[in-house]
Amino acid sequence: MSTLWKRIVPLLAALLTAAALGGCHGARSLDAFSVPEAFDLSRSYTITFWAKNDTNKTQTAIYERAIRDFEALYPNIRVNLRLYTDYGKIYNDVITNIATNTTPNVCITYPDHIATYLTGSNVVVPLDELFDDAKYGLGGSELLFDGPAREEIIPKFLGEGVIGGHSYAIPFMRSTEACYVNKTYVEKLGYTLPDVLTWDFIWEVSDAAAQKDADGIYPVNGQKVMIPFIYKSTDNMMIQMLRQKGADYSSEDGGILLFHDGTKSLLQTVAAHVRRGAFSTFKISSDPANVLNAGQCVFAVDSTAGSTWMGSDAPLSDISADKIVRFETAVYPVPQFDPAAPQMISQGPSVCVFNKADPQEVLASWLFAQYLLTNQVQIAYAQTEGYVPVTEKAQSDPAYQAYLHHEGSSDALYYEVKLKAAALLAEHVDDTFVTPVFNGSASLRDAAGQLIESTVKSVKRGETVDDAYFNRLFSDVTALYRLDRGSRPTGGRTEVGPLPATAKRLLAALCAAWVLIGCIFLRQQIKKRRKSSR
Amino acid sequence: MKKWIALFLALTMVFCFAACGKEDTDVKSEGVMTYAEYAAAELDSQVVVETYVQAKQSWWDNKATVYTQDKDGAYFLYNMSCSEADYEKLTPGTKIKVTGYKSEWSGEVEIIDATFEIEDGNYIAPVTDVTALLGKDELAEHQNQFVSFKGMTIEAMDDGVSPFYYSWDNSGQPGTDADLYFNASVNGETYSFVVEYYLCNETTEAYQAVTALQVGDKVDLEGFLYWYNGSQPHITAVSPAK
Repeated sequence: MSTLWKRIVPLLAALLTAAALGGCHGARSLDAFSVPEAFDLSRSYTITFWAKNDTNKTQTAIYERAIRDFEALYPNIRVNLRLYTDYGKIYNDVITNIATNTTPNVCITYPDHIATYLTGSNVVVPLDELFDDAKYGLGGSELLFDGPAREEIIPKFLGEGVIGGHSYAIPFMRSTEACYVNKTYVEKLGYTLPDVLTWDFIWEVSDAAAQKDADGIYPVNGQKVMIPFIYKSTDNMMIQMLRQKGADYSSEDGGILLFHDGTKSLLQTVAAHVRRGAFSTFKISSDPANVLNAGQCVFAVDSTAGSTWMGSDAPLSDISADKIVRFETAVYPVPQFDPAAPQMISQGPSVCVFNKADPQEVLASWLFAQYLLTNQVQIAYAQTEGYVPVTEKAQSDPAYQAYLHHEGSSDALYYEVKLKAAALLAEHVDDTFVTPVFNGSASLRDAAGQLIESTVKSVKRGETVDDAYFNRLFSDVTALYRLDRGSRPTGGRTEVGPLPATAKRLLAALCAAWVLIGCIFLRQQIKKRRKSSR
Repeated sequence: MKKWIALFLALTMVFCFAACGKEDTDVKSEGVMTYAEYAAAELDSQVVVETYVQAKQSWWDNKATVYTQDKDGAYFLYNMSCSEADYEKLTPGTKIKVTGYKSEWSGEVEIIDATFEIEDGNYIAPVTDVTALLGKDELAEHQNQFVSFKGMTIEAMDDGVSPFYYSWDNSGQPGTDADLYFNASVNGETYSFVVEYYLCNETTEAYQAVTALQVGDKVDLEGFLYWYNGSQPHITAVSPAK
């Protein structure tokens, strides 16, 4: 071996090892963010904001207005808006951009999605330090706008952004689900709406509405189409039924507990009513708003944030005016198993801030994210749908209170069904819940909905839906959503246990290689010295 | 001899007509439905059809959405199981055998939960002019087919000025995956049309042509007759009216 080679070999080995170790960590990760002493107003910043609207141009206009107002306060910050109409698309794009360090600065998202983003190192900024910063934190002294103090954000909503013991999101808007009822049809069928809608009541009325005459006409609406009970988000349906029953869904530390006899029992009930033609879903049949407004439905469950589409006079509609049927719309919380202890899901957009190499850029992003909590943005956006503002400051604002209690106007801003939907959540904040967030919780949510979707389809197709079917379904859904690969909480330190044997062997081999390289190097040095001493 | 010649000519004609007839309808493999049988099948029943890819809308997570048609009718394949490699093979004209379930979503009759296999054969459906059927019940008989609308006039959207919207109510924006919506009239009636982003994105001539439209332009349109609570053609070509 020539001298040159003898020198190159150890160097190459060292470089390869370093590269291999570096490769273990994937793309170069960012340093953890820490709040700068002061915001540098002498510099210019361009930040990107990925936002979601409900295919609602008023919401788009509010985002644009918020950006204009914010840029007027901070002329050195430019905010570029990218609009989405689908949380799933935002999620996919963020995942794609994490790999290339091209995430947006501020993003509308769900905590379930943040849990996945957190599998990267320092990708999402933990907000605890920012919340408490005296100058730029919530209600901070150096803010150029009147933002809410920490205690002015509804604690329940703020807590929904905590993952692994750290806050990674601020709530932006909150909604829940509502049951939009064709009261006219309920009464035509001989029933009276109770104070609290129960599952038993809905199933009974839906079965009655599903009766048709010899010509295939449904007497309740005189049409050939009737889906008495339709549900938009079947993942929410399953999650809420399990919660109301006190049944397992997942554990706080990411355990998958969805597949049990209680779930089977709920699915059997759903199957029984599908057989009678009483139930279907958005994915299988149609948008609940369309069938409700066409007089082809009695109970339609959708988000309170979909309330402007519900009812004969809905300001927004996907069906032509000649297909809309006149009826009285009642707005209820989702059906309950125990009317004395109602429980309903809390949902709605949150905002997270992505980490960047420049802490000043992150601070600029945080200022904008915080600006979205000001009363002018909160109240304006909440009025576009059946949302409620996430701050006590905005909720108690006289302008918002006047809006909420406005009566007797045909103006779309004061659409009665929307006001009822917003009031529903405002009255039931303490009855709302969220499910544990962990890496994989988004897949578990999808799986919960899939159980219902598959059951409904199978019944409609005349398949045998029995215990063996559900066992197969559980197995298929587990595999489809990779729920058998384990999941773990994100965002905090976790005990990962002893190293596997293969990793130990790899580390031992690396150590041996280094020892060998060292020996060769030492031998060369000794030879050199001997040569020179001669 | 004359009789023999006459008989020969007559037989030749019969064979020719028979051959022509074969060209006009698809011969289906065993166990495969004709379009008429598919059209008559109950919703939620299993269907097996042989059809030809006309255009692809999207592929995601091993699911493909594809516009297909045979010589008798069209089949919209929604979220069909399909690997990314197989999706590349689904070029226009490719013959496929599809097994799935007939379904209806907001008026759109489609095949869902389907699998497919590629077969030998190729066919591109000619465009059918359905302008005269706009607003009539018979239009539904051409659901999902490749169709054209001739001599349409671009009308303003509901803001009174815009020739098109990004998303149905203009809540979308350029540079995103917003569908384009526009209205066009013929014979005094106005109809809505869509450029579905996943079928024709901003790099396509159709998308670019719609963003260049002006109110009052006279155009011919081509596309697939999709259905969403009524006809909602997915436009793939826009050209000045001939």
